[in-house]
Amino acid sequence: MKRYILLRFMQLIPILFGITFVSFLLMYAAGSDAVIQKYSLTGQSVSQAVIEAERRELGLDRPMLLQYAAWLQGVLQGDMGRSFVTGADVFGTFLDKLPATLLLTLLSVLLTLAVSLPLGVLAALRQGSRGDFFIRLLSFFGSSMPNFFVALLLMYFLAIRAGLLPVISGGSTLSAAVLPTLTLAIAMSSRYTRQIRALVLEELSQGYVAGARARGVPFRQVLARSIMRAALPTLLTLLALSVGSLLGGTAIVESIFMWDGVGKMAVDAINARDYPVIEAYVLWMGIIYVAVNLVTDIACKFLDPRLGAPGTEGSR
Amino acid sequence: MKATRLFPLLRLSLPALLIAALLLLAAFPEQVCPYDPYAQNLALSLQGPGGEHLLGTDRYGRDLLSRIIMGSQASIYAALLLVSITSLGGTLIGLWAGLSGGWMDTLLMRFADTCLAFPGLVLALAVAAVTGGGMVNAVLALAAISWPKYARLARSQALSLKGREFVLAARLSGTGPLMLALRHILPNAAGPIIITAMLDIGTMMMELAGLSFLGLGAKPPVAEWGSMMSVGRSMLQTSPWTVLAPGAAIFLTVALFNLFGDGVRDYFDVKSRKR
Repeated sequence: MKRYILLRFMQLIPILFGITFVSFLLMYAAGSDAVIQKYSLTGQSVSQAVIEAERRELGLDRPMLLQYAAWLQGVLQGDMGRSFVTGADVFGTFLDKLPATLLLTLLSVLLTLAVSLPLGVLAALRQGSRGDFFIRLLSFFGSSMPNFFVALLLMYFLAIRAGLLPVISGGSTLSAAVLPTLTLAIAMSSRYTRQIRALVLEELSQGYVAGARARGVPFRQVLARSIMRAALPTLLTLLALSVGSLLGGTAIVESIFMWDGVGKMAVDAINARDYPVIEAYVLWMGIIYVAVNLVTDIACKFLDPRLGAPGTEGSR
Repeated sequence: MKATRLFPLLRLSLPALLIAALLLLAAFPEQVCPYDPYAQNLALSLQGPGGEHLLGTDRYGRDLLSRIIMGSQASIYAALLLVSITSLGGTLIGLWAGLSGGWMDTLLMRFADTCLAFPGLVLALAVAAVTGGGMVNAVLALAAISWPKYARLARSQALSLKGREFVLAARLSGTGPLMLALRHILPNAAGPIIITAMLDIGTMMMELAGLSFLGLGAKPPVAEWGSMMSVGRSMLQTSPWTVLAPGAAIFLTVALFNLFGDGVRDYFDVKSRKR
Protein backbone atom coordinates (compact mmCIF):
# COMPACT_ATOMS: atom_id res chain seq x y z
CA MET A 1 0.00 0.00 0.00
CA LYS A 2 2.73 2.45 0.96
CA ARG A 3 4.64 1.52 -2.15
CA TYR A 4 1.57 2.14 -4.27
CA ILE A 5 1.00 5.60 -2.86
CA LEU A 6 4.66 6.43 -3.33
CA LEU A 7 4.54 5.19 -6.90
CA ARG A 8 1.53 7.36 -7.64
CA PHE A 9 3.31 10.37 -6.22
CA MET A 10 6.24 9.66 -8.52
CA GLN A 11 3.81 9.79 -11.44
CA LEU A 12 2.77 13.22 -10.25
CA ILE A 13 6.19 14.69 -10.96
CA PRO A 14 6.23 14.59 -14.78
CA ILE A 15 2.69 15.98 -14.85
CA LEU A 16 3.67 18.90 -12.64
CA PHE A 17 6.77 19.58 -14.74
CA GLY A 18 4.66 19.37 -17.88
CA ILE A 19 1.88 21.70 -16.89
CA THR A 20 4.06 24.35 -15.25
CA PHE A 21 6.40 24.41 -18.23
CA VAL A 22 3.59 24.57 -20.77
CA SER A 23 1.84 27.36 -18.88
CA PHE A 24 5.11 29.33 -18.77
CA LEU A 25 5.55 28.78 -22.48
CA LEU A 26 1.98 29.83 -23.24
CA MET A 27 2.18 32.98 -21.17
CA TYR A 28 5.43 33.83 -22.88
CA ALA A 29 3.96 33.16 -26.31
CA ALA A 30 1.00 35.36 -25.42
CA GLY A 31 3.39 38.26 -25.93
CA SER A 32 2.46 40.49 -23.04
CA ASP A 33 3.92 40.53 -19.56
CA ALA A 34 3.14 42.00 -16.16
CA VAL A 35 4.88 45.32 -16.82
CA ILE A 36 3.32 45.96 -20.22
CA GLN A 37 -0.06 44.84 -18.86
CA LYS A 38 0.22 47.20 -15.88
CA TYR A 39 0.83 50.27 -17.99
CA SER A 40 -1.68 49.38 -20.67
CA LEU A 41 -4.38 48.80 -18.03
CA THR A 42 -3.76 52.04 -16.18
CA GLY A 43 -3.30 53.94 -19.42
CA GLN A 44 -0.09 55.57 -18.21
CA SER A 45 2.43 56.40 -20.85
CA VAL A 46 6.00 55.94 -19.66
CA SER A 47 9.29 55.96 -21.46
CA GLN A 48 10.68 52.73 -22.86
CA ALA A 49 13.60 53.06 -20.44
CA VAL A 50 11.29 52.84 -17.41
CA ILE A 51 9.58 49.74 -18.84
CA GLU A 52 12.94 48.13 -19.58
CA ALA A 53 14.17 48.86 -16.06
CA GLU A 54 11.06 47.36 -14.46
CA ARG A 55 11.27 44.30 -16.66
CA ARG A 56 14.91 43.83 -15.70
CA GLU A 57 13.97 44.10 -12.04
CA LEU A 58 11.42 41.28 -12.40
CA GLY A 59 13.79 39.25 -14.55
CA LEU A 60 11.46 39.45 -17.54
CA ASP A 61 14.26 40.50 -19.91
CA ARG A 62 15.91 37.08 -19.67
CA PRO A 63 15.22 34.23 -22.11
CA MET A 64 12.14 32.23 -21.28
CA LEU A 65 14.00 29.02 -20.43
CA LEU A 66 16.16 30.88 -17.90
CA GLN A 67 13.06 32.42 -16.34
CA TYR A 68 11.50 28.99 -15.97
CA ALA A 69 14.72 27.55 -14.53
CA ALA A 70 14.93 30.36 -11.98
CA TRP A 71 11.31 29.86 -10.97
CA LEU A 72 11.81 26.09 -10.71
CA GLN A 73 14.91 26.51 -8.59
CA GLY A 74 12.96 28.70 -6.20
CA VAL A 75 10.05 26.27 -5.95
CA LEU A 76 12.35 23.34 -5.23
CA GLN A 77 13.76 25.38 -2.36
CA GLY A 78 10.26 26.09 -1.09
CA ASP A 79 10.09 29.63 -2.44
CA MET A 80 7.29 30.38 -4.88
CA GLY A 81 8.48 33.91 -5.48
CA ARG A 82 6.76 37.26 -5.14
CA SER A 83 3.73 38.53 -7.03
CA PHE A 84 4.71 40.82 -9.93
CA VAL A 85 1.75 43.02 -9.11
CA THR A 86 1.50 43.31 -5.34
CA GLY A 87 5.01 42.21 -4.41
CA ALA A 88 3.54 39.93 -1.77
CA ASP A 89 4.84 36.43 -1.12
CA VAL A 90 2.96 34.11 -3.50
CA PHE A 91 2.64 31.18 -1.14
CA GLY A 92 1.30 33.46 1.59
CA THR A 93 -1.25 34.99 -0.81
CA PHE A 94 -2.37 31.53 -1.84
CA LEU A 95 -2.77 30.45 1.80
CA ASP A 96 -4.83 33.59 2.41
CA LYS A 97 -7.27 32.73 -0.39
CA LEU A 98 -7.57 29.02 0.35
CA PRO A 99 -9.91 29.12 3.40
CA ALA A 100 -12.64 30.91 1.42
CA THR A 101 -12.52 28.25 -1.30
CA LEU A 102 -12.44 25.47 1.31
CA LEU A 103 -15.50 26.90 3.04
CA LEU A 104 -17.41 27.17 -0.23
CA THR A 105 -16.43 23.61 -1.19
CA LEU A 106 -17.53 22.18 2.15
CA LEU A 107 -20.86 24.01 2.23
CA SER A 108 -21.83 23.22 -1.34
CA VAL A 109 -20.94 19.53 -1.04
CA LEU A 110 -22.90 19.19 2.21
CA LEU A 111 -25.93 20.91 0.72
CA THR A 112 -25.69 18.81 -2.43
CA LEU A 113 -25.68 15.56 -0.46
CA ALA A 114 -28.49 16.74 1.82
CA VAL A 115 -30.65 17.43 -1.26
CA SER A 116 -29.68 14.74 -3.72
CA LEU A 117 -29.46 11.66 -1.47
CA PRO A 118 -33.09 11.71 -0.29
CA LEU A 119 -34.41 12.89 -3.67
CA GLY A 120 -32.45 10.31 -5.65
CA VAL A 121 -33.44 7.41 -3.42
CA LEU A 122 -37.06 8.54 -3.32
CA ALA A 123 -37.22 8.84 -7.11
CA ALA A 124 -35.77 5.34 -7.51
CA LEU A 125 -38.15 3.75 -4.98
CA ARG A 126 -41.18 5.43 -6.55
CA GLN A 127 -40.01 4.86 -10.12
CA GLY A 128 -42.61 6.00 -12.64
CA SER A 129 -44.67 7.92 -10.11
CA ARG A 130 -45.57 11.58 -10.34
CA GLY A 131 -42.97 12.38 -7.70
CA ASP A 132 -40.28 10.58 -9.72
CA PHE A 133 -41.27 12.55 -12.81
CA PHE A 134 -41.15 15.83 -10.93
CA ILE A 135 -37.74 15.10 -9.38
CA ARG A 136 -36.33 14.09 -12.77
CA LEU A 137 -37.75 17.22 -14.37
CA LEU A 138 -36.10 19.42 -11.74
CA SER A 139 -32.76 17.70 -12.14
CA PHE A 140 -33.02 17.98 -15.91
CA PHE A 141 -33.62 21.74 -15.67
CA GLY A 142 -30.85 22.16 -13.14
CA SER A 143 -28.29 20.44 -15.33
CA SER A 144 -29.23 22.47 -18.41
CA MET A 145 -28.45 25.84 -16.84
CA PRO A 146 -24.94 27.31 -16.91
CA ASN A 147 -23.83 28.24 -13.40
CA PHE A 148 -23.37 31.91 -14.20
CA PHE A 149 -27.03 32.06 -15.26
CA VAL A 150 -28.09 30.35 -12.02
CA ALA A 151 -25.88 32.79 -10.11
CA LEU A 152 -27.42 35.84 -11.78
CA LEU A 153 -30.97 34.46 -11.40
CA LEU A 154 -30.45 33.89 -7.68
CA MET A 155 -28.85 37.30 -7.34
CA TYR A 156 -31.77 38.95 -9.11
CA PHE A 157 -34.61 37.16 -7.35
CA LEU A 158 -33.21 36.62 -3.84
CA ALA A 159 -30.94 39.63 -3.40
CA ILE A 160 -32.32 42.37 -5.64
CA ARG A 161 -36.06 41.63 -5.81
CA ALA A 162 -36.67 40.05 -2.41
CA GLY A 163 -33.81 41.80 -0.61
CA LEU A 164 -33.16 38.73 1.52
CA LEU A 165 -29.40 38.69 1.13
CA PRO A 166 -26.53 41.03 0.39
CA VAL A 167 -25.79 41.22 -3.36
CA ILE A 168 -22.03 41.36 -2.95
CA SER A 169 -20.22 39.94 0.01
CA GLY A 170 -18.21 42.08 2.36
CA GLY A 171 -16.01 39.09 3.20
CA SER A 172 -16.14 35.34 3.65
CA THR A 173 -19.08 35.40 6.03
CA LEU A 174 -21.85 32.81 6.21
CA SER A 175 -24.56 35.13 4.89
CA ALA A 176 -22.30 36.01 1.96
CA ALA A 177 -21.75 32.30 1.33
CA VAL A 178 -25.47 31.55 0.83
CA LEU A 179 -25.75 32.60 -2.83
CA PRO A 180 -22.51 31.04 -4.14
CA THR A 181 -23.27 27.85 -2.19
CA LEU A 182 -26.79 27.68 -3.63
CA THR A 183 -25.47 28.30 -7.14
CA LEU A 184 -22.95 25.48 -6.95
CA ALA A 185 -25.32 23.12 -5.16
CA ILE A 186 -28.10 23.52 -7.73
CA ALA A 187 -25.98 22.25 -10.61
CA MET A 188 -24.34 19.51 -8.53
CA SER A 189 -27.58 18.29 -6.91
CA SER A 190 -29.17 17.93 -10.32
CA ARG A 191 -26.36 15.69 -11.50
CA TYR A 192 -26.16 13.72 -8.26
CA THR A 193 -29.90 13.11 -7.99
CA ARG A 194 -29.83 11.57 -11.45
CA GLN A 195 -26.82 9.39 -10.66
CA ILE A 196 -28.11 8.24 -7.27
CA ARG A 197 -31.47 7.34 -8.79
CA ALA A 198 -29.76 5.26 -11.48
CA LEU A 199 -27.46 3.58 -8.93
CA VAL A 200 -30.29 2.63 -6.59
CA LEU A 201 -32.40 1.32 -9.49
CA GLU A 202 -29.48 -0.79 -10.65
CA GLU A 203 -29.10 -2.34 -7.19
CA LEU A 204 -32.85 -2.83 -6.72
CA SER A 205 -32.89 -5.16 -9.70
CA GLN A 206 -30.15 -7.37 -8.23
CA GLY A 207 -30.95 -10.82 -6.92
CA TYR A 208 -29.68 -10.16 -3.42
CA VAL A 209 -32.40 -7.59 -2.79
CA ALA A 210 -35.16 -10.09 -3.61
CA GLY A 211 -33.27 -12.71 -1.60
CA ALA A 212 -33.00 -10.53 1.48
CA ARG A 213 -36.65 -9.56 1.29
CA ALA A 214 -37.69 -13.19 0.86
CA ARG A 215 -35.83 -14.02 4.02
CA GLY A 216 -37.88 -11.38 5.77
CA VAL A 217 -35.21 -8.71 6.17
CA PRO A 218 -37.01 -5.37 6.52
CA PHE A 219 -36.65 -3.30 3.36
CA ARG A 220 -35.39 -0.31 5.30
CA GLN A 221 -32.46 -2.42 6.44
CA VAL A 222 -31.70 -3.72 2.94
CA LEU A 223 -31.69 -0.15 1.70
CA ALA A 224 -29.38 1.16 4.40
CA ARG A 225 -26.99 -1.77 4.69
CA SER A 226 -26.79 -3.27 1.23
CA ILE A 227 -28.02 -0.92 -1.45
CA MET A 228 -26.36 2.22 -0.17
CA ARG A 229 -23.18 0.34 0.52
CA ALA A 230 -23.08 -1.03 -3.00
CA ALA A 231 -23.65 2.44 -4.41
CA LEU A 232 -20.96 4.04 -2.26
CA PRO A 233 -17.86 3.52 -4.47
CA THR A 234 -19.48 5.16 -7.50
CA LEU A 235 -20.82 7.96 -5.35
CA LEU A 236 -17.40 8.54 -3.80
CA THR A 237 -15.77 8.72 -7.22
CA LEU A 238 -18.25 11.38 -8.30
CA LEU A 239 -17.79 13.25 -5.07
CA ALA A 240 -14.00 13.24 -5.34
CA LEU A 241 -14.24 14.69 -8.86
CA SER A 242 -16.58 17.44 -7.68
CA VAL A 243 -14.47 18.28 -4.66
CA GLY A 244 -11.44 18.42 -6.95
CA SER A 245 -13.00 20.92 -9.31
CA LEU A 246 -14.40 22.97 -6.41
CA LEU A 247 -11.01 23.13 -4.67
CA GLY A 248 -9.57 24.64 -7.83
CA GLY A 249 -11.94 27.49 -7.19
CA THR A 250 -14.87 28.09 -9.47
CA ALA A 251 -13.59 31.08 -11.39
CA ILE A 252 -16.97 32.23 -12.65
CA VAL A 253 -19.01 31.85 -9.47
CA GLU A 254 -16.28 33.30 -7.27
CA SER A 255 -15.91 36.29 -9.58
CA ILE A 256 -19.65 36.97 -9.81
CA PHE A 257 -20.11 36.99 -6.05
CA MET A 258 -16.74 38.64 -5.34
CA TRP A 259 -15.88 35.62 -3.21
CA ASP A 260 -12.20 36.04 -2.40
CA GLY A 261 -11.01 32.51 -3.17
CA VAL A 262 -8.49 30.68 -5.31
CA GLY A 263 -10.60 30.89 -8.50
CA LYS A 264 -10.91 34.65 -8.33
CA MET A 265 -7.19 34.87 -7.57
CA ALA A 266 -6.49 32.93 -10.77
CA VAL A 267 -8.70 35.15 -12.93
CA ASP A 268 -7.10 38.30 -11.51
CA ALA A 269 -3.58 36.91 -11.94
CA ILE A 270 -4.27 35.84 -15.52
CA ASN A 271 -5.61 39.27 -16.41
CA ALA A 272 -2.51 40.95 -14.96
CA ARG A 273 -0.04 38.36 -16.39
CA ASP A 274 1.21 37.78 -12.86
CA TYR A 275 3.37 34.73 -13.72
CA PRO A 276 4.34 33.60 -10.20
CA VAL A 277 0.70 33.59 -9.05
CA ILE A 278 -0.47 31.85 -12.24
CA GLU A 279 2.20 29.19 -11.80
CA ALA A 280 1.15 28.65 -8.17
CA TYR A 281 -2.42 28.14 -9.37
CA VAL A 282 -1.31 25.72 -12.10
CA LEU A 283 0.72 23.71 -9.57
CA TRP A 284 -2.24 23.60 -7.19
CA MET A 285 -4.54 22.32 -9.96
CA GLY A 286 -2.05 19.59 -10.89
CA ILE A 287 -1.71 18.44 -7.29
CA ILE A 288 -5.49 18.33 -6.87
CA TYR A 289 -5.87 16.31 -10.06
CA VAL A 290 -3.48 13.58 -8.99
CA ALA A 291 -4.65 13.60 -5.35
CA VAL A 292 -8.27 13.16 -6.40
CA ASN A 293 -7.41 10.18 -8.59
CA LEU A 294 -5.35 8.63 -5.83
CA VAL A 295 -7.94 9.11 -3.09
CA THR A 296 -10.73 7.63 -5.22
CA ASP A 297 -8.65 4.60 -6.16
CA ILE A 298 -7.75 3.86 -2.56
CA ALA A 299 -11.24 4.54 -1.21
CA CYS A 300 -12.89 2.32 -3.82
CA LYS A 301 -10.53 -0.54 -3.11
CA PHE A 302 -11.09 -0.15 0.59
CA LEU A 303 -14.86 -0.32 0.12
CA ASP A 304 -14.87 -3.06 -2.48
CA PRO A 305 -12.18 -5.70 -1.88
CA ARG A 306 -13.11 -7.40 -5.18
CA LEU A 307 -11.17 -4.69 -7.02
CA GLY A 308 -7.94 -6.20 -5.69
CA ALA A 309 -5.14 -4.75 -3.65
CA PRO A 310 -3.80 -1.46 -4.95
CA GLY A 311 -0.80 -1.83 -7.17
CA THR A 312 -1.65 -5.35 -8.28
CA GLU A 313 -2.93 -6.34 -11.70
CA GLY A 314 -6.40 -5.03 -12.44
CA SER A 315 -6.00 -1.98 -10.29
CA ARG A 316 -6.42 0.33 -13.24
CA MET B 1 -41.49 -2.24 -35.20
CA LYS B 2 -42.43 -3.21 -31.67
CA ALA B 3 -44.36 -0.81 -29.49
CA THR B 4 -41.57 -0.81 -26.90
CA ARG B 5 -39.28 0.72 -29.46
CA LEU B 6 -41.79 3.31 -30.58
CA PHE B 7 -41.69 5.48 -27.47
CA PRO B 8 -37.91 5.91 -27.46
CA LEU B 9 -38.10 6.71 -31.16
CA LEU B 10 -40.67 9.40 -30.49
CA ARG B 11 -38.52 10.80 -27.68
CA LEU B 12 -35.64 10.94 -30.12
CA SER B 13 -37.38 12.39 -33.14
CA LEU B 14 -39.23 15.24 -31.45
CA PRO B 15 -36.09 16.95 -30.10
CA ALA B 16 -34.34 16.05 -33.36
CA LEU B 17 -36.95 17.96 -35.36
CA LEU B 18 -36.71 20.97 -33.05
CA ILE B 19 -32.92 20.89 -33.29
CA ALA B 20 -33.10 20.76 -37.06
CA ALA B 21 -35.29 23.87 -36.98
CA LEU B 22 -32.85 25.57 -34.61
CA LEU B 23 -29.86 24.72 -36.81
CA LEU B 24 -31.67 26.17 -39.82
CA LEU B 25 -32.42 29.33 -37.85
CA ALA B 26 -28.81 29.59 -36.72
CA ALA B 27 -27.59 29.11 -40.30
CA PHE B 28 -29.60 32.01 -41.71
CA PRO B 29 -30.26 34.31 -38.75
CA GLU B 30 -30.35 37.47 -40.88
CA GLN B 31 -33.48 36.22 -42.63
CA VAL B 32 -35.41 35.96 -39.36
CA CYS B 33 -34.21 38.94 -37.30
CA PRO B 34 -36.95 41.56 -37.00
CA TYR B 35 -34.31 44.33 -36.70
CA ASP B 36 -30.64 44.77 -37.54
CA PRO B 37 -28.86 43.19 -34.52
CA TYR B 38 -25.98 45.66 -34.76
CA ALA B 39 -27.90 48.88 -35.46
CA GLN B 40 -27.53 51.25 -32.52
CA ASN B 41 -30.26 53.71 -31.62
CA LEU B 42 -29.51 55.47 -28.36
CA ALA B 43 -32.99 56.98 -28.23
CA LEU B 44 -34.33 53.46 -27.67
CA SER B 45 -31.72 52.50 -25.08
CA LEU B 46 -32.76 49.92 -22.43
CA GLN B 47 -36.44 49.63 -23.33
CA GLY B 48 -38.33 46.99 -21.38
CA PRO B 49 -39.73 43.88 -23.05
CA GLY B 50 -43.06 44.04 -24.87
CA GLY B 51 -44.30 46.47 -27.46
CA GLU B 52 -42.31 47.04 -30.58
CA HIS B 53 -39.18 45.28 -29.29
CA LEU B 54 -40.47 41.96 -28.01
CA LEU B 55 -37.59 41.23 -25.62
CA GLY B 56 -36.58 44.84 -25.07
CA THR B 57 -33.39 46.62 -26.10
CA ASP B 58 -29.85 46.79 -24.71
CA ARG B 59 -27.80 49.79 -23.63
CA TYR B 60 -27.19 50.90 -27.20
CA GLY B 61 -30.82 50.50 -28.20
CA ARG B 62 -30.19 47.31 -30.18
CA ASP B 63 -33.11 44.90 -30.43
CA LEU B 64 -32.46 42.02 -28.01
CA LEU B 65 -34.55 39.44 -29.87
CA SER B 66 -32.57 40.09 -33.04
CA ARG B 67 -29.29 39.85 -31.16
CA ILE B 68 -30.34 36.56 -29.57
CA ILE B 69 -31.31 35.12 -32.96
CA MET B 70 -28.02 36.36 -34.41
CA GLY B 71 -26.14 34.96 -31.38
CA SER B 72 -27.52 31.47 -31.99
CA GLN B 73 -25.03 31.17 -34.84
CA ALA B 74 -21.90 31.62 -32.71
CA SER B 75 -23.26 29.73 -29.71
CA ILE B 76 -24.61 26.64 -31.47
CA TYR B 77 -22.14 26.14 -34.29
CA ALA B 78 -19.13 26.73 -32.03
CA ALA B 79 -20.37 24.00 -29.68
CA LEU B 80 -20.93 21.59 -32.57
CA LEU B 81 -17.49 22.35 -33.97
CA LEU B 82 -15.91 21.84 -30.56
CA VAL B 83 -17.59 18.48 -29.99
CA SER B 84 -16.65 17.33 -33.51
CA ILE B 85 -12.99 18.24 -33.00
CA THR B 86 -12.67 16.65 -29.56
CA SER B 87 -14.57 13.48 -30.35
CA LEU B 88 -12.77 12.86 -33.66
CA GLY B 89 -9.29 13.82 -32.43
CA GLY B 90 -9.67 12.07 -29.10
CA THR B 91 -10.99 8.90 -30.74
CA LEU B 92 -8.11 8.71 -33.20
CA ILE B 93 -5.50 9.23 -30.48
CA GLY B 94 -7.22 6.69 -28.23
CA LEU B 95 -7.35 4.08 -31.00
CA TRP B 96 -3.70 4.72 -31.78
CA ALA B 97 -2.73 4.27 -28.11
CA GLY B 98 -4.86 1.18 -27.60
CA LEU B 99 -3.79 -0.57 -30.79
CA SER B 100 -0.08 0.15 -30.63
CA GLY B 101 0.31 -0.59 -26.90
CA GLY B 102 3.73 -0.51 -25.22
CA TRP B 103 5.63 2.73 -24.81
CA MET B 104 3.50 4.56 -27.37
CA ASP B 105 0.40 3.79 -25.29
CA THR B 106 2.09 5.03 -22.11
CA LEU B 107 3.34 8.18 -23.81
CA LEU B 108 -0.02 9.10 -25.33
CA MET B 109 -1.98 8.44 -22.15
CA ARG B 110 0.49 10.43 -19.99
CA PHE B 111 0.02 13.25 -22.48
CA ALA B 112 -3.74 12.89 -22.05
CA ASP B 113 -3.33 13.04 -18.25
CA THR B 114 -1.28 16.21 -18.52
CA CYS B 115 -3.92 17.85 -20.69
CA LEU B 116 -6.67 16.81 -18.26
CA ALA B 117 -4.75 18.28 -15.35
CA PHE B 118 -4.12 21.56 -17.17
CA PRO B 119 -6.29 24.45 -15.98
CA GLY B 120 -8.56 25.44 -18.87
CA LEU B 121 -8.66 29.06 -17.81
CA VAL B 122 -4.92 29.61 -18.21
CA LEU B 123 -5.00 27.93 -21.58
CA ALA B 124 -8.01 29.91 -22.78
CA LEU B 125 -6.33 33.18 -21.94
CA ALA B 126 -3.04 32.28 -23.54
CA VAL B 127 -4.72 31.11 -26.74
CA ALA B 128 -6.89 34.23 -26.77
CA ALA B 129 -3.81 36.43 -26.43
CA VAL B 130 -1.97 34.68 -29.26
CA THR B 131 -4.82 34.59 -31.75
CA GLY B 132 -6.36 37.89 -30.76
CA GLY B 133 -9.65 36.82 -29.21
CA GLY B 134 -12.88 35.52 -30.61
CA MET B 135 -14.94 32.39 -30.49
CA VAL B 136 -12.25 30.33 -32.24
CA ASN B 137 -9.89 30.59 -29.25
CA ALA B 138 -12.51 29.46 -26.83
CA VAL B 139 -13.09 26.43 -29.09
CA LEU B 140 -9.37 25.67 -29.38
CA ALA B 141 -8.71 26.09 -25.66
CA LEU B 142 -11.59 23.83 -24.65
CA ALA B 143 -10.68 21.28 -27.34
CA ALA B 144 -7.15 21.01 -25.95
CA ILE B 145 -8.39 19.99 -22.51
CA SER B 146 -11.50 17.94 -23.34
CA TRP B 147 -10.23 15.41 -25.93
CA PRO B 148 -8.72 13.00 -23.31
CA LYS B 149 -12.21 11.85 -22.30
CA TYR B 150 -12.73 10.47 -25.82
CA ALA B 151 -9.20 9.12 -26.02
CA ARG B 152 -9.75 7.06 -22.87
CA LEU B 153 -13.07 5.74 -24.13
CA ALA B 154 -11.68 4.83 -27.56
CA ARG B 155 -8.61 3.24 -26.01
CA SER B 156 -10.64 0.97 -23.75
CA GLN B 157 -12.84 0.00 -26.71
CA ALA B 158 -9.78 -0.75 -28.82
CA LEU B 159 -8.26 -2.86 -26.06
CA SER B 160 -11.37 -4.99 -25.71
CA LEU B 161 -11.86 -5.37 -29.49
CA LYS B 162 -8.21 -6.05 -30.26
CA GLY B 163 -8.35 -9.72 -29.30
CA ARG B 164 -11.70 -10.56 -30.92
CA GLU B 165 -11.86 -13.16 -33.69
CA PHE B 166 -12.91 -10.84 -36.50
CA VAL B 167 -9.95 -8.59 -35.80
CA LEU B 168 -7.54 -11.53 -35.72
CA ALA B 169 -9.06 -12.81 -38.97
CA ALA B 170 -8.57 -9.45 -40.63
CA ARG B 171 -4.98 -9.31 -39.46
CA LEU B 172 -4.26 -12.84 -40.63
CA SER B 173 -5.56 -11.97 -44.06
CA GLY B 174 -3.02 -9.21 -44.27
CA THR B 175 -4.92 -6.03 -43.33
CA GLY B 176 -2.52 -3.21 -42.49
CA PRO B 177 -2.70 -1.43 -39.12
CA LEU B 178 -4.37 1.71 -40.50
CA MET B 179 -7.08 -0.22 -42.35
CA LEU B 180 -7.54 -2.42 -39.32
CA ALA B 181 -8.13 0.59 -37.10
CA LEU B 182 -10.43 2.47 -39.45
CA ARG B 183 -12.36 -0.35 -41.14
CA HIS B 184 -12.65 -2.95 -38.41
CA ILE B 185 -12.12 -1.42 -34.96
CA LEU B 186 -13.62 2.06 -35.39
CA PRO B 187 -17.08 1.01 -36.65
CA ASN B 188 -17.44 -1.35 -33.70
CA ALA B 189 -16.18 1.19 -31.17
CA ALA B 190 -18.21 4.12 -32.50
CA GLY B 191 -21.50 3.54 -30.63
CA PRO B 192 -20.53 4.60 -27.10
CA ILE B 193 -18.35 7.40 -28.48
CA ILE B 194 -21.20 8.89 -30.49
CA ILE B 195 -23.56 8.68 -27.52
CA THR B 196 -20.99 10.43 -25.31
CA ALA B 197 -20.54 13.13 -27.94
CA MET B 198 -24.28 13.74 -28.20
CA LEU B 199 -24.58 14.09 -24.42
CA ASP B 200 -21.56 16.42 -24.47
CA ILE B 201 -22.97 19.10 -26.79
CA GLY B 202 -25.03 20.82 -24.09
CA THR B 203 -22.18 20.85 -21.59
CA MET B 204 -19.74 22.24 -24.14
CA MET B 205 -22.24 24.95 -25.08
CA MET B 206 -22.33 26.02 -21.43
CA GLU B 207 -18.53 25.93 -21.14
CA LEU B 208 -18.14 28.09 -24.25
CA ALA B 209 -20.72 30.58 -22.99
CA GLY B 210 -18.83 30.63 -19.67
CA LEU B 211 -15.56 31.57 -21.37
CA SER B 212 -17.32 34.33 -23.29
CA PHE B 213 -18.88 35.45 -20.03
CA LEU B 214 -15.38 35.83 -18.56
CA GLY B 215 -14.32 37.77 -21.65
CA LEU B 216 -12.18 34.93 -23.02
CA GLY B 217 -14.41 33.99 -25.94
CA ALA B 218 -16.60 36.07 -28.21
CA LYS B 219 -16.11 39.78 -27.59
CA PRO B 220 -18.64 42.60 -27.86
CA PRO B 221 -20.12 43.85 -30.14
CA VAL B 222 -20.35 40.32 -31.59
CA ALA B 223 -23.73 38.85 -30.71
CA GLU B 224 -23.10 35.77 -28.55
CA TRP B 225 -25.21 34.70 -25.59
CA GLY B 226 -22.48 34.41 -22.94
CA SER B 227 -20.91 37.75 -23.76
CA MET B 228 -24.35 39.44 -23.95
CA MET B 229 -24.97 38.26 -20.38
CA SER B 230 -21.60 39.53 -19.30
CA VAL B 231 -22.39 42.98 -20.68
CA GLY B 232 -25.88 42.98 -19.17
CA ARG B 233 -24.64 41.87 -15.77
CA SER B 234 -23.84 45.40 -14.58
CA MET B 235 -27.42 46.40 -15.37
CA LEU B 236 -29.04 43.43 -13.62
CA GLN B 237 -30.71 45.69 -11.06
CA THR B 238 -32.23 48.17 -13.48
CA SER B 239 -32.67 46.23 -16.74
CA PRO B 240 -32.78 42.54 -15.84
CA TRP B 241 -34.05 41.52 -19.31
CA THR B 242 -30.59 42.16 -20.81
CA VAL B 243 -29.38 39.18 -18.72
CA LEU B 244 -32.49 37.03 -18.47
CA ALA B 245 -33.23 36.89 -22.22
CA PRO B 246 -29.86 35.53 -23.41
CA GLY B 247 -29.72 33.32 -20.29
CA ALA B 248 -33.06 31.79 -21.19
CA ALA B 249 -31.81 31.26 -24.76
CA ILE B 250 -28.80 29.28 -23.49
CA PHE B 251 -30.96 27.31 -21.08
CA LEU B 252 -33.56 26.32 -23.69
CA THR B 253 -30.96 25.37 -26.31
CA VAL B 254 -28.88 23.33 -23.86
CA ALA B 255 -32.02 21.63 -22.55
CA LEU B 256 -33.02 20.72 -26.11
CA PHE B 257 -29.62 19.22 -26.92
CA ASN B 258 -29.60 17.35 -23.58
CA LEU B 259 -33.06 15.96 -24.35
CA PHE B 260 -31.77 14.83 -27.73
CA GLY B 261 -28.67 13.28 -26.16
CA ASP B 262 -30.81 11.37 -23.65
CA GLY B 263 -33.04 10.25 -26.50
CA VAL B 264 -30.10 8.94 -28.52
CA ARG B 265 -28.73 7.07 -25.53
CA ASP B 266 -32.08 5.52 -24.61
CA TYR B 267 -32.79 4.51 -28.17
CA PHE B 268 -29.51 2.70 -28.74
CA ASP B 269 -28.69 1.59 -25.21
CA VAL B 270 -31.07 -1.21 -24.27
CA LYS B 271 -29.83 -1.34 -20.71
CA SER B 272 -30.71 2.21 -19.82
CA ARG B 273 -34.04 2.02 -21.63
CA LYS B 274 -35.48 -0.34 -19.05
CA ARG B 275 -35.35 2.43 -16.47
